[in-house]
Amino acid sequence: MKPQSFRQTLQHLFWTLALALGLSSAVVALSGASPWDAYRHILFGSLGSWQKLAQVFRVWIPLTLCSLGLLYTFQIGLWNIGAEGQVVLGAVGATAMVRWFNGAPPELVLPAALLGAGLCGGFWALGAGLLKTRAGVNEIFAGLGLNFVATGLLLWLIFGPWKQPGIASMSGTETFPEAYWFPGLAGWAVSPYALGATLAFMGLTAWILKTTRLGLALKAIGRNPQASYLLGLSPWRWMLLAMLVAGGLAGLAGAYQALAVYHRLIPNISSQYGYLALLVVMLADERWQPIPVICFFFAALNVGSIQLPMMLRMDSSLAGVIQGSLVLSALAVQGLTSKRRNTS
Amino acid sequence: MNDWHVSLFVASLLAGAAPLVLAAMGETVTEKAGIINLSLDGTILLAAMAAFVTALETQSLLLGFGAGAATGAFMAAVVAFMSLHLRQSQVAVGFVLTLMTKDLAYFLGNNYARLPGPQVPMIPVPLLKDLPLLGPSLFQHTAVTYVSVLCIGLTWVFLYRTRFGLILRAVGENPGAAFARGIHAPRVQFLYTVVGGLLVGLAGAAFSLSVKPGWGRPQGAEGIGWIALALVIFGGWHPLKVALGAYLFALLQMLGITLQGLWPSIPSQVFQTAPFPLMIFTLAFMHLAERPEMERWAAARPWVGRVVRFLKARAPRALGRPVLPEQHP
Repeated sequence: MKPQSFRQTLQHLFWTLALALGLSSAVVALSGASPWDAYRHILFGSLGSWQKLAQVFRVWIPLTLCSLGLLYTFQIGLWNIGAEGQVVLGAVGATAMVRWFNGAPPELVLPAALLGAGLCGGFWALGAGLLKTRAGVNEIFAGLGLNFVATGLLLWLIFGPWKQPGIASMSGTETFPEAYWFPGLAGWAVSPYALGATLAFMGLTAWILKTTRLGLALKAIGRNPQASYLLGLSPWRWMLLAMLVAGGLAGLAGAYQALAVYHRLIPNISSQYGYLALLVVMLADERWQPIPVICFFFAALNVGSIQLPMMLRMDSSLAGVIQGSLVLSALAVQGLTSKRRNTS
Repeated sequence: MNDWHVSLFVASLLAGAAPLVLAAMGETVTEKAGIINLSLDGTILLAAMAAFVTALETQSLLLGFGAGAATGAFMAAVVAFMSLHLRQSQVAVGFVLTLMTKDLAYFLGNNYARLPGPQVPMIPVPLLKDLPLLGPSLFQHTAVTYVSVLCIGLTWVFLYRTRFGLILRAVGENPGAAFARGIHAPRVQFLYTVVGGLLVGLAGAAFSLSVKPGWGRPQGAEGIGWIALALVIFGGWHPLKVALGAYLFALLQMLGITLQGLWPSIPSQVFQTAPFPLMIFTLAFMHLAERPEMERWAAARPWVGRVVRFLKARAPRALGRPVLPEQHP
């Protein structure tokens, strides 16, 4: 049950944060360290300088792109757990374009790479969608299976056809020629073009979901597939469209990882952003407004926690623990409030 | 291949599949009662960590296995509580837990990485171990392997030959009818989610104390939980077929290692993805086989019919849709 008033939203937020903070602090204390030290290092490690802030935005961009895509599939009631594989396929698509058009002017190659990434991610998602609508395979297992297949494909490419001359290693493919790196601006540590594009996609998504026929159809089918079918909507077709859009956006996130962050294909190219984005959208309660904020917070946690192994000899996976306890707490608080409302 | 090779192959197949069998049996029990515990992958890792650390600190293997089982049971209880009492989606809770417990395992286990620890010893069965061929392959194992094989039979007997198993299946198929017979469905579902989680926890302990002893990052148990979840579907929620799937998967993994020798340039992870397309294919095949035009096509080919009949399965009707305690007066 959704909160009804602003005051209730604040109450939800307060209890969620309190519960999550309690859980994560208990975990840190259990490991024998001081939670205060851990939080301090995460905070200064992510927002302590302009350079670190830029790092946070480098994570924010792909995470936000994935999360926006998942909004479409969540709205229509699909669990697109395959976002992770769609990011991988996006990176593979972008790399393929860069390799095939090597030598062509960057003005041609970069759009081709972005297009290739969007199409690869989109069609990978469409695969999971078709398996669901045509072959009756639950989208969770279709998506998950395709994630593993995508990872297999990625590793095969890195160690096989696309290996560095002479050696094949976990360090990835050869670095792309500098001309094909995603362009930035001098003095900017993070590409303002990518930042602007992400903001544009956010506006577009908000507009689509709020005012267009697509947004209405997604919402109607998500609420009640049978009724919308009787009203003349074809749920399957809209589901495939939602998957295509979600996969396309995840693919763009993959392209960003390959073209702007690593400048090559590496085994960990997706950085688990696909899975993390699922948490983001769950925490955002499937609305677009909180997504940029949550993505920023999650990105800051990821960047800040890199300090932990160096400074406190802790594992950086604390970021994941905090993110997970936040979503778990949100689910628990939501459940508790609706339970109280029903019994009182 | 000579006799020695064959028995070694069978022996390592049985031993290697042991944790997977335990986890898959646990999830079968849980899903038969109508609950999906999607947190398997992370839970196994956390249980592996807890088991290893406990066994190392106390120098007691038994306490180690206890800690693993308790971890699995606790995580399953969280899933059951959140879905039965707080009405949250099982899939959502399980998914969050699987990501979170994985990170939790790496975080808490950080100080114990790459330490030598206790390990489950081999217990050859006296007399039987001297049998030619069968002895070395079946009767020279760790307790974990024996328990895993035993667990398959016990799960089957429990589900299909006992009153409690009948109640469990009734709740998973039709909670309403079970209620009419005076069964408190949510309590049954909670119980068997925890029991299933306990087995999943044992699977984790089996990893860090027997199959891939020790703790580190990666531990070697990553991805197994998802495979166990897939196997339950592949095996059509039937313990014997699920177990068959587990051994088939272990076989594929071992073939992967052999094939890697033939193509050394291809990393082993590529072969490990093999079960996933297989699972998707099976699910699609089962669904398509129900179409009339496919039935007509299959009628002319008896072997297709046999495969279909073998794979044919239906999920427990109430799977993923728990009865809520409030529905019970």
